[in-house]
Amino acid sequence: MARVGVFVCFCGANIAEYLDVPQVVEEVKRIREVKYAVDYKYMCSDPGQGLIRDAIVQHKLTSIVVAACSPRMHEKTFRKALSDAGMNPYLLEVANIREHSSWVHQKNKKAATDKAMDLCRMAVAKSIANEQLHEISVPVTKRALVIGGGIAGIQAALDIADARIPVVLVEKSPSIGGKMAQLDETFPTLDCSQCILTPKMVDVASHPYIELIPYAEVIELQGFVGNYKAKIKKKASYVNFKTCTGCGACWQKCPVKVANEYNLGLDKRKAIYTPFPQAVPNKPVIDAEHCTMLLKGKCGICAKVCQPGAIDYQMQDEVIEREIGAVVVATGYDMWDPTPYEEYGVGRFKDIITSLEFERMVSANGPTNGVPLRPSDGKVPKNVVFIKCIGSRDEAKGIEYCSKICCMYTTKHTILLHHKVHDSHAYVFYMDIRAAGKGYEEFVKKAQTDTAATYLRGRVSKIYKKGDKLMVRGEDAQIGQVVEVEADLVVLATAVSAPKDNPDLARLLGISYDKYGYLSEAHPKLRPVETAKAGIFLAGCTQAPKDIPETVSQASACAAKVCGLFAGDTMKKDPMVSTINIEYCSGCLNCINVCPYTAIVTDEVPIGHGSKELRTVAYINEGVCQGCGSCVAICRSMAINLAGFTDPQIINEIVSI
Amino acid sequence: MEAEVKDQLVSIEKPELIAPPDWEPVIMGILCNWCSYAGSDLTGTSRIQYPPNIRIIRVPCSSRVDPWFLIKSLQTTADGVLVSGCHPGDCHYISGNYYARRRFLVTKKLLNFVGFHENRIQFSWVSAAEGPKFAKVVIKVTDDIKKLGPLHLYKKENFEKK
Ligand SMILES: Cc1cc2nc3c(=O)[nH]c(=O)nc-3n(C[C@H](O)[C@H](O)[C@H](O)COP(=O)(O)OP(=O)(O)OC[C@H]3O[C@@H](n4cnc5c(N)ncnc54)[C@H](O)[C@@H]3O)c2cc1C
Ligand code: SF4
Ligand code: SF4
Repeated sequence: MARVGVFVCFCGANIAEYLDVPQVVEEVKRIREVKYAVDYKYMCSDPGQGLIRDAIVQHKLTSIVVAACSPRMHEKTFRKALSDAGMNPYLLEVANIREHSSWVHQKNKKAATDKAMDLCRMAVAKSIANEQLHEISVPVTKRALVIGGGIAGIQAALDIADARIPVVLVEKSPSIGGKMAQLDETFPTLDCSQCILTPKMVDVASHPYIELIPYAEVIELQGFVGNYKAKIKKKASYVNFKTCTGCGACWQKCPVKVANEYNLGLDKRKAIYTPFPQAVPNKPVIDAEHCTMLLKGKCGICAKVCQPGAIDYQMQDEVIEREIGAVVVATGYDMWDPTPYEEYGVGRFKDIITSLEFERMVSANGPTNGVPLRPSDGKVPKNVVFIKCIGSRDEAKGIEYCSKICCMYTTKHTILLHHKVHDSHAYVFYMDIRAAGKGYEEFVKKAQTDTAATYLRGRVSKIYKKGDKLMVRGEDAQIGQVVEVEADLVVLATAVSAPKDNPDLARLLGISYDKYGYLSEAHPKLRPVETAKAGIFLAGCTQAPKDIPETVSQASACAAKVCGLFAGDTMKKDPMVSTINIEYCSGCLNCINVCPYTAIVTDEVPIGHGSKELRTVAYINEGVCQGCGSCVAICRSMAINLAGFTDPQIINEIVSI
Repeated sequence: MEAEVKDQLVSIEKPELIAPPDWEPVIMGILCNWCSYAGSDLTGTSRIQYPPNIRIIRVPCSSRVDPWFLIKSLQTTADGVLVSGCHPGDCHYISGNYYARRRFLVTKKLLNFVGFHENRIQFSWVSAAEGPKFAKVVIKVTDDIKKLGPLHLYKKENFEKK
């Protein structure tokens, strides 16, 4: 028979002033199972906890009820008191007689006292059904998977690897580097992007704790925090990276020319190519869509000129597996396609380019050797119009949100234009200038003075052609007039958008994404780098648009989270998770559908004792279960129970008053 | 069609019976830990006063609420039930409150079908920041159930206090 001890707290005057504590004690003493009841000024104080500890031993109590403040306040404190007395801490129940009674019924002492008695009865009844629970410890595989090798993935991988934790870095394209490798100089300090990025890329390739898997994608993730298994598909590169020396003879001789993605199609690359000179790894891949040897069996020049014989036209895609304990997703962003801006003549007028194209043109290693040129006639432009918020903050054509980086990079572009073409003039059409960030406002102010660019506040309504010039018509809201600017070149600050395959990736990883396709963090303020799925973290633009400093901070934060997760050999977890009694499970699998954490999987068990025939049942992975209880309520067979909130516990509460 | 069915339903409510003058309803409040329970705590810390009729049970998520709990409450100790969870989209467990809501609507229909007045079973969204809202919800639910009177039929009469 249960022996319950009840400890009623005065909480100074907080409880005692508004309800009759001694009377509550007298009333609970009448409950059959209550073998000891007492009140005290402050149960949470050390002497208060001492009362509990002593009573547990003296009265051989089997469960404890503390009637005091909210369990959200001191449940942990009192659980510890139980542990200290050698009792399982989960045999505690808290009756919330302060927040739920004395503080909210201050003008009705009798009702508050009656209610407190009921709350005690409920807690006593529940505690009788409490079971001993033990923290779950889950083993961890101390290896991290980083998906995406932009600056976010690079930073996360390096930070984790520096803590001597092995990292597997999977990059979709042939080289790591991401968008940052396409930038010229970076705001707000104008240091050269390549100069600060490439040393980090080289570090990744040479780090003893990093396994770099380029030209590959994650195609499956199974398991749970600390114990994931990832399937990675390595696309056939048709070049044996082990023997290839990266000499470049192959792509110099290859006769097939293809639009160069790295330069956004502004020039050509070959069918066998390294994306850019500083690529890491610096090994070429064959573009199977364009190689005539692979398409029609004609050519084979690269194999002929390759001294080490690294070319292998028979190479197949390969799927490899890695066991890992945590995942950092860093798949970056896409540039928004401005085609919907028909009235600007996007697609029709060659001399309208995007900001990233401009960035490539002004880059020293770019398609125009660092000088902006008009795509139509190759002339150096004098009057350049920059239009901000293309796609951003535009519900009708684009997206509602602010892309955050365009104000800053457009400012940077006016400076770069000024540097490269001294007699040029920049016009900027803008809605606002958003320059929040360390040194950002100063950067904008200085740029405006140095470049003497003309800032026009307002939307552009139309662009039309006049001779070889583009006429940009817009509103200058400050003077309330329509203005027209004659432009040689128009640069559109296109929005940042979520990578288009993020939804697929999210489904594969079992995490969620927002309506735009950005991956969702667990809490927008307090858990910005974690996802709702334990052990999966987010870094960089895949979570939301951000600039490099913010991306790097988030990546380092991910690394700290991963290192924290791997700090012990096992992970401790709350024991309040669900379990299935397979005897009762009918195998309907309704529970699988409602579990938000994909904690439930199927299992096969013999249909009877010693039988060879199998039937399907559900199985809950306690490492993944977060203890919401959805599955418990959905199960028609009543096969599932959630520790700490079992049916008997809750029914006991209901019927006890 | 639905209205027709409703009209033909035989109610088990007994409004003709007069409740004793000192009668106070008992309301079982089943609240999710992360939003509504936290909200009810905030009502307390803000010292916002509300009627003392509600008895609160804490569950991790509103999706833990089994229809059985509502039926059992009305059958044994309560004159009405309030289930409260996080706002849509705010569920601590991502999507639990959506399941809860759907299940709740079905349960409510069932209970209504067997003759309980629909106001005996109520649902609300209360966030951890909505202390005042929780008080308002309790005031309304208490009011509604007072109007309906005691639940005579299934109520365990003279429940013995151990
Ligand atoms: C025109 C322009 C100018 C800019 N100038 C500046 C500046 O001056 N200063 C500044 O601070 N910021 C600037 N930025 C912003 C900067 O580019 C970003 O902050 C930064 O690149 C974000 O890094 P990331 O790693 O999150 O994303 P990305 O650079 O996009 O990297 C993502 C990587 O993940 C890979 N990937 C994608 N999907 C998968 C997948 N499924 N599996 C494996 N790999 C995948 C991609 O191939 C890529 O390598 C500028 C942006 C633009 C558009
Ligand atoms: S809902 Fe219940 S019966 Fe159905 S599979 Fe899950 S545990 Fe088994
Ligand atoms: S309690 Fe929630 S998290 Fe755990 S298995 Fe059931 S539905 Fe999934």
